Amino acid sequence: MNDFIAARSQMALSLGFHIIYSCIGMVMPVFMAVAHYKYLKTNDVVYKNITQAWSKGVAIFFATGAVSGTMLSFELGLLWPGFMRHAGPIFGMPFSLEGVAFFIEAIALGFFLYGWKRFNKWFHWCTGVLVGVSGIISGILVVAANAWMNSPAGFDYVNGQYLNIDPIKAMFNDAWFPEALHMSIAAFAATGFAVAGIHALMIYRRQNITFHTKAFKIAIAFAAVAAILQPLSGDISAKDAAKRQPAKLAAMEALFKTQAHAPLVIGGVPDIATKEVKYGIELPGMLSFLVHDDVSKPVKGLDAIPVNEQPPVAITHYAFQIMVATGMAMMAIAILYFVALWKKRNWLFKKWFLQLFIIATPFGFIAVEAGWTVTEVGRQPWIMQGIMRTSEAVTPMPGIQYSFYLFTFIYFTLSLAVIFLLSRQIKMVPELYDK
Amino acid sequence: MLTVVILFLCFAIMLYFLLGGADFGAGIIELFTSNPNKNRTRRTMYQAIGPIWEANHMWLIIAVVILFVGFPDIYATLSIYLHIPILIMLMGIIARGTAFSFRNYDAIKGERTQNLYNHIFVYSSFVTPLFLGIIAGSAISGQINTTPTGFMQAYVYSWLNLFSIAVGLFTVTLCGFLAAIYLIGESTAEKDIKRFILKAKVLNILAFVCGGLVFLAAEIQNIHLAHWIFGNPISLTAVIAASISLVLLWITISKGKRFIARIFATFQVSMILLSVGYRHYPNLVIIKGGQNLSLLENHAPDKTIDTLGAALLIGSLFILPSLFYLYYSFKDRNREGH
Ligand code: HDD
Ligand code: HEM
Ligand code: HEM
Repeated sequence: MNDFIAARSQMALSLGFHIIYSCIGMVMPVFMAVAHYKYLKTNDVVYKNITQAWSKGVAIFFATGAVSGTMLSFELGLLWPGFMRHAGPIFGMPFSLEGVAFFIEAIALGFFLYGWKRFNKWFHWCTGVLVGVSGIISGILVVAANAWMNSPAGFDYVNGQYLNIDPIKAMFNDAWFPEALHMSIAAFAATGFAVAGIHALMIYRRQNITFHTKAFKIAIAFAAVAAILQPLSGDISAKDAAKRQPAKLAAMEALFKTQAHAPLVIGGVPDIATKEVKYGIELPGMLSFLVHDDVSKPVKGLDAIPVNEQPPVAITHYAFQIMVATGMAMMAIAILYFVALWKKRNWLFKKWFLQLFIIATPFGFIAVEAGWTVTEVGRQPWIMQGIMRTSEAVTPMPGIQYSFYLFTFIYFTLSLAVIFLLSRQIKMVPELYDK
Repeated sequence: MLTVVILFLCFAIMLYFLLGGADFGAGIIELFTSNPNKNRTRRTMYQAIGPIWEANHMWLIIAVVILFVGFPDIYATLSIYLHIPILIMLMGIIARGTAFSFRNYDAIKGERTQNLYNHIFVYSSFVTPLFLGIIAGSAISGQINTTPTGFMQAYVYSWLNLFSIAVGLFTVTLCGFLAAIYLIGESTAEKDIKRFILKAKVLNILAFVCGGLVFLAAEIQNIHLAHWIFGNPISLTAVIAASISLVLLWITISKGKRFIARIFATFQVSMILLSVGYRHYPNLVIIKGGQNLSLLENHAPDKTIDTLGAALLIGSLFILPSLFYLYYSFKDRNREGH
């Protein structure tokens, strides 16, 4: 494995790991605050139990999220010093504000986790809400940094020099809004489906039904709304990518030729050599429609892009298909849930209905990982779209593959440890909360 | 604004050392606590740092962000040439943070798993400050070689040298010492207090010895540390102040004045940082051959510095009051609310 590939793999691994914890860190406090609120309002002790059970999970996730985030802020320099030397001062604004948001989050979390029976109950509740709010704000802010890599702004690039730097303009780059919207909704959909799925499994196994049903309802309420909004915001993202990064869009769709009436390809195996997609289903004109709201307008294909500026087509295409497929599945399940609430209350305890949610447990996170793969791999070979190549940014230090193996080992062990701990939490629910 | 940003950077590094350092120190103390007392130490420590360690940890992140936004050349240079020690420090941070929360939040407190967490926790508490010290020592001692002839020269000898390691050990003992002093104030049983007082004294002596080692290593490697520090009035005053507070500290500890002891300990460590920091300022990184990376010269464009400074100022309006309230609330463990 050469150093460049190793560095990219290590970055991808670290981010792929961190993103799971950050989604949970953004969304779980919101769920907790809802359960906590219900407890304070109704005095129903089940809600208190839910809040406390969740807060233990959150503490585990938060610590893992915090340490993996710390890794990332060093890794940007360890792996991409060439990039950070120039980019740091330009896209640093969101990171410094994010630092502030994290700080507030960490303080609020200290109050919340250790504050039971210590403070006025509404003050205590507010600290929990603050954890969620600052988590979401930090997520939105850090996405601004990533959006900037997709649509660099806030400086003039003249003869290899970065002049007239304006960090505020850089932060408010064009890609920020669509990305932040899509990412925030994704966090709710992913975490919501995962939590709902776990509680559905417990209901299915007939354990602590009241506890798990109440927990399930809170999680799915957010998840279902998010899952229905997600494809809409995905459409905004796709239109935006088409405008800004035609190469990325072409790779996502495996569109080899620039054409009018461009088809939307579902599934399929792109073949780089023959420039064809095999076994896919083509919906003629649909891609033109999605991008331009007009079936007859042309869409740029990969042939319009120099070969050395094309992203890896297959990975981007598959990742995009996976995201859309899981997204559609979640939307369908969400709609079914609303139908059940409205008309078919008895479905809620039917086996097949619960099974749907159990199967969908990982869907959201699969979509999140796939979505980031689309964004990041689809931007290649650029680290800063159109300005700096990823290969120019990599560290001169040799032997990065060893550090990659090491990180793989660490993240693998940590994931196992977290799964192990969570399963123990769930196992203890009957003992802790059953009277 | 540049001054504001630099002040924040120094402030963040200092606070990370004093607060985060004490958290590491707690682990170091656990490492050197005899078995029968381990559980009690652990409980005291958990009560003391449970609610605040995440917040303490944030100073490191603030410092790193200030570095990469405001001083990208410094950040990039350190990241390239000190890649290996930074990596080891990061692993220490990961292992420590996760082991600490796992051992508190594991729903089933099994003996084998708890033992495992404890082991990871204490060893990483030792390794992390060791490497933090090594990184700091290498940055300031002119060992970084930007025109190397081979891998070892570029990426290994810059930090694997007597001086850096001595600074690392010195850092470890200082962290342990700070923690012991803080823990005296957190304990309630007379027996524990006595134990921590003893530990504080031992660690203070060790810190003194390691401080001596740093000077010795400097002499061996031809780093004119003594000349640097004693050769200018401010650093000299700081060293003298540290020595005086040392004496006062021993008296107050022996008299059991916990709060004042904390102030003296904090003061003593701050003075040590000041004496080194002042002499160095504004050069954060010294490169072999005498070239410097200076906070005053190698900074980001003014506009970036201005916005960074503004963000830090506005941010601290939110952070500092809530942080004080956090410390205040958990200082008095016996207060119970609703
Ligand atoms: C629950 C997760 C989830 C779901 C169901 C979807 N996405 Fe997504 N998508 C993400 C989670 C995500 C993400 C992980 O959050 C990304 C990565 C970067 C970003 O901003 O969001 C993303 C990126 C992303 C991009 C790339 C944006 C860019 O690089 O600028 C596009 C075009 C879409 N999405 C489009 C869609 C469409 C058309 C969907 C229809 C169902 C969809 N996404 C469902
Ligand atoms: C603000 C957020 C982010 C920043 C600053 C960032 C930065 C980077 C950088 C510097 C690289 C290395 C260059 C490259 O290979 O593209 C990279 C690669 C990558 N990142 Fe991101 N990234 C961000 C968000 C994410 C997230 C959350 C994911 C989650 C899965 C992700 C997935 C990847 C992947 C898969 C690669 C490897 C691409 C490849 O190997 O071709 N990124 N990112
Ligand atoms: C788009 C991708 C990202 C999102 C949505 C995101 C979001 C978050 C969130 C919500 C947290 C809080 C942790 C928790 O509650 O578990 C967090 C932690 C953290 N993240 Fe990320 N992050 C992303 C990428 C990055 C990148 C690229 C960096 C580094 C440059 C980074 C640095 C950090 C740090 C230092 C922490 C720890 C803060 C703490 O102690 O609370 N994150 N992230």
